[in-house]
Amino acid sequence: MFLINCPYCGEREQSEFKAGGEAHIVRPKQPTELSDDQWAEYLFMRKNIKGIQFERWIHIHGCRKWFNVARDTSNDVIKAVYKMGEKPPTN
Amino acid sequence: MTKNLRVKSSKFVDETYKIYFKFNGKTYHGYKGDTLASALLANDIHLVGRSFKYHRPRGIMTAGSEEPNAIVQLHKNTSRTEPNVRATEVEIYEGLEASSQNCWPSVNFDIGGINNFLSPILPAGFYYKTFMWPASFWKKYEYFIRKSAGLGKSPTEPDPDIYEHRYIHCDVLVIGAGISGIIAAKIAAKNGFKTVLVDEKPYLGGSTIYQNSEYFKINNQISSSWLDKEINEIKKIENLEIKTRTSVAAFHGYNFLLAREDLLDHLPFNQRNNKIRQRLLKIRSKKVINATGSLERPLIFDNNDRPGILLSSAINKYANLYGVACGKKNVLFTNNDSVYETAISLNSKGINVEAIIDNREEVDSKLIKETENNKIKVYKGYTVVNTSGYKRINKVTIMQLSKDGQKAIGSKISINCDCLGISGGWTPAVHLFTQSGGKLKFREEDQVFIPNKYSSDQISIGSCNGDFTIDEILLSVPKNIKQFLSIKKTDFENFQAHSSFNKSKRNIWLLPSDKNIGKTMPFVDFQNDATAKDIKLALREGFRSIEHVKRYTTTGMGTDQGKLGNMHALGIISETTGSKMGELGTTTFRPPYTPLTFGTIVGRNVGEYFDTFRKTPIHDWHVRNKAEFENVGQWKRAWYYPKSGESMHDAVQRESKAARDSAGILDASTLGKIDIQGTDASEFLNRVYTNAWSKLAIGKCRYGLMLNEDGMVYDDGVTTRLAENHYIMTTTTGGAATVLGKLEDYLQTEWPELDVYLTSVTDHYATVSVCGPNSKQIVSKVIPDLNFSNESFPHMSFKNAKIGKIKCRVMRISFTGEHSYEINVQASYGKSVWERCMEIGKEFNITPYGTETMHLLRAEKGFIIVGQDTDATMTPIDLQMDWIVSKKKYDFIGKRSLYRSDTIREDRKQLVGLLTEDPDEVLEEGAQIVADINKSPVEMLGHVTSSYYSPNLKKSIALGVVRGGKKMLGQKLIIPMENKKINITVADPVFLDKENKRLNA
Repeated sequence: MFLINCPYCGEREQSEFKAGGEAHIVRPKQPTELSDDQWAEYLFMRKNIKGIQFERWIHIHGCRKWFNVARDTSNDVIKAVYKMGEKPPTN
Repeated sequence: MTKNLRVKSSKFVDETYKIYFKFNGKTYHGYKGDTLASALLANDIHLVGRSFKYHRPRGIMTAGSEEPNAIVQLHKNTSRTEPNVRATEVEIYEGLEASSQNCWPSVNFDIGGINNFLSPILPAGFYYKTFMWPASFWKKYEYFIRKSAGLGKSPTEPDPDIYEHRYIHCDVLVIGAGISGIIAAKIAAKNGFKTVLVDEKPYLGGSTIYQNSEYFKINNQISSSWLDKEINEIKKIENLEIKTRTSVAAFHGYNFLLAREDLLDHLPFNQRNNKIRQRLLKIRSKKVINATGSLERPLIFDNNDRPGILLSSAINKYANLYGVACGKKNVLFTNNDSVYETAISLNSKGINVEAIIDNREEVDSKLIKETENNKIKVYKGYTVVNTSGYKRINKVTIMQLSKDGQKAIGSKISINCDCLGISGGWTPAVHLFTQSGGKLKFREEDQVFIPNKYSSDQISIGSCNGDFTIDEILLSVPKNIKQFLSIKKTDFENFQAHSSFNKSKRNIWLLPSDKNIGKTMPFVDFQNDATAKDIKLALREGFRSIEHVKRYTTTGMGTDQGKLGNMHALGIISETTGSKMGELGTTTFRPPYTPLTFGTIVGRNVGEYFDTFRKTPIHDWHVRNKAEFENVGQWKRAWYYPKSGESMHDAVQRESKAARDSAGILDASTLGKIDIQGTDASEFLNRVYTNAWSKLAIGKCRYGLMLNEDGMVYDDGVTTRLAENHYIMTTTTGGAATVLGKLEDYLQTEWPELDVYLTSVTDHYATVSVCGPNSKQIVSKVIPDLNFSNESFPHMSFKNAKIGKIKCRVMRISFTGEHSYEINVQASYGKSVWERCMEIGKEFNITPYGTETMHLLRAEKGFIIVGQDTDATMTPIDLQMDWIVSKKKYDFIGKRSLYRSDTIREDRKQLVGLLTEDPDEVLEEGAQIVADINKSPVEMLGHVTSSYYSPNLKKSIALGVVRGGKKMLGQKLIIPMENKKINITVADPVFLDKENKRLNA
């Protein structure tokens, strides 16, 4: 069970949080203009990489705020935590 | 007469404190400090149990938590009974009762022993191969296999003991209080680190603490005396917490560890009352020091499992720690120097050692010389090829080893004995290290896996790191700890440590025999009865991966997780296949290191504390009025209110009829309620519901359907516009939390520009729903100041009102299809409003109804229940609810998915009504619907989702999903049941009052 540094509350147990899947998938502004394939890409296709993955997490049993996490899926080390709307760290 | 093998007093055992205990019904005694194993051995009892598969007699093999054989059942047939307990770990107490497992009628005469003679036809995979066909016979096989499988018996009564969980936060956790752990803990604590030292045993000091020989010295003191002083010192250090009888079960990522602390298991029952038995420690440590030690390896030869065969180190421990001789005629068999330490030690206590068999041909060390000086015969270059003695070893047969170690040569020599100590060298206990994600490397010179790469801030020291002797330990441990904790100096600089131990070793994984391997029984996994020949068979049959061989042969799959034999299994695979040990890898070590009781795992979360449950403010009234309850999510909801003598069916029929004939009352407080405010509230609802919300007038209510982005129905409920920028949304009872979460998600991540605020108010309001033709009469008397005329207060509208001084919100909305009102009041007034409705409704026979009647009534009206009539594959179109999907809105959650190629298919499963040919035949929910029963395979068209007998329509009604069902109105279909076929007709899902006359009455 890992520790997550909530950008609003500080470091807390993983059990206080819930994962929300891959981050930085923006809901299309004009869904009606997308083909089935384009919509399916948004709806279903998610990365599952070994290494650094950008994920959405929510401090569900805390401040209930969503934020982003850069997590190494091979060892669960969290490299960065940043707020919604912020760009993912580059290093 | 029992023989007493207590040899010489030990300071760890208090011979003035006699303890009586029972084993297999017979009373014995031991002393305070004894384990069950040491006390049994002192009474010359080796035979403790029968093996799992062949029911071979088995004895005590080790003196620690790695014990594979001596597992017993404690306190049989009582609520405190516990199976599969290792006799080597049980500390005896007055009143202890232990019995053998896996034998019938007794451990001395076990009918299952016949399996031993059948062993040639019971190889690895026997069950898989034999009970495969005919498939229909499996049910019969299974009965007998289950009956004969398993070791101990689980308790049948509730556990009377108390357990708890506790969190520990520290700077440094040291696992293992052997010499390395004690040095490490002292250095850490003295340098200001908040340190916790844990050990599974009741005493500190590991194996060094009973090391009384002149051959192992630290600063010119005998190592045990030196360590004794160190232990006394660390006990005084303030920021060092020491926990004995505490076994680390799991080492997770981020240095999060679980440990079991035994608090009472060593005490008699009369001292345990109302105290906590075991504690699960949840430890978070900034740094972890693994000092978990090492386990002695057995040697693998024919019949290496007889009672009386122990690890050499165990014999040493029984003699030195407990003062118990394991035998009167001991023989030792080794591939390294360890047994000489045992031999010298036994000799000094006057315990006879007949001979030592050493598979090394040319060896020489101070220890060997000393042994030979003591007139103990050492056979160098020999191996044991067989043993005899059914319930206790009485003879070993030895032969010379060929130069390459592959063959047993020369003539056989027999040596009589009653105990054989074996040593195959040492295996670092890296279980916790690998659990944490650490990677091992293989050290060729002594054939051991040692820690290589760490996954977190931790270090392995001492023998679990492959430094086995005290001179290596005293050299490496202080140095490594200094570096690990970034400190300059320790108390352990320039120590003089001396060990006479010669590290040479002749590692042969499977020792040769003069017999064909097929005729031998060389056990690798003692608990699961897996032999070297089983492993070889698996390899012949094509298994290659260690994980596959493990599962096929069950090697390492016992409660001991193969702590003794796993290395040999690997070695045999490596030798047979010609692959390198380092490349084979190991099987995965999984938590727990030693088994945990269920009590420890659940802690206080038992009985009513197992899960939280939620009660409505009216709950007590339901209880008083004998309601039966149903769990809906975490809620306890009134299900139905049986009158005396009524069955559930009777009660539901009566309640349903009353609600339509006159008046019914339902506690709807559990419905999720979300308060929505903000200037963009209307726009927000437009985006989350399928229908349009901008034009909803203040004071009006509207039903809404919420989809997932994939177009599937997610939740539904009525939302009311309280003011220009203020709505109250209701959700399903079970969906309240997830709906709020989903709405928050969109607001925070997709539409942060919207000015909308959400507040869950589910618990703040109680909701009393009154329905039926007389509901208006009742509610207008409960709230006399309100105008209830249809013009002023029509269906789907809302009014603020007052009942006396109590403010309330009244909605005229209906889930039953009847004229109906929902009165929302502050939760604390819920019960009094309910009681007032009951009192006023008396003259109208107002009838409280539960969730079952609610379901029946809404089904008559064809209203869906999300989660019952839908699963995550139903669109609103599938539900025949096209009317609620706005064509005008540009976008809402899930809109785009409603015209994906898959969702516009006409042959999707669609919701329809189902009527049975026989009006009294009530369908089973979940039953499959087919058109042609003779087609092969039979094509499943769908299934029944809701089914009831309607007392108002006087016939059976059902809802179901049927492929292409919308176009099948009037078509006849079949529901095949186990012993009959039911004829049904597809119907409109609205069975009652399609014109909404009742609603608007």
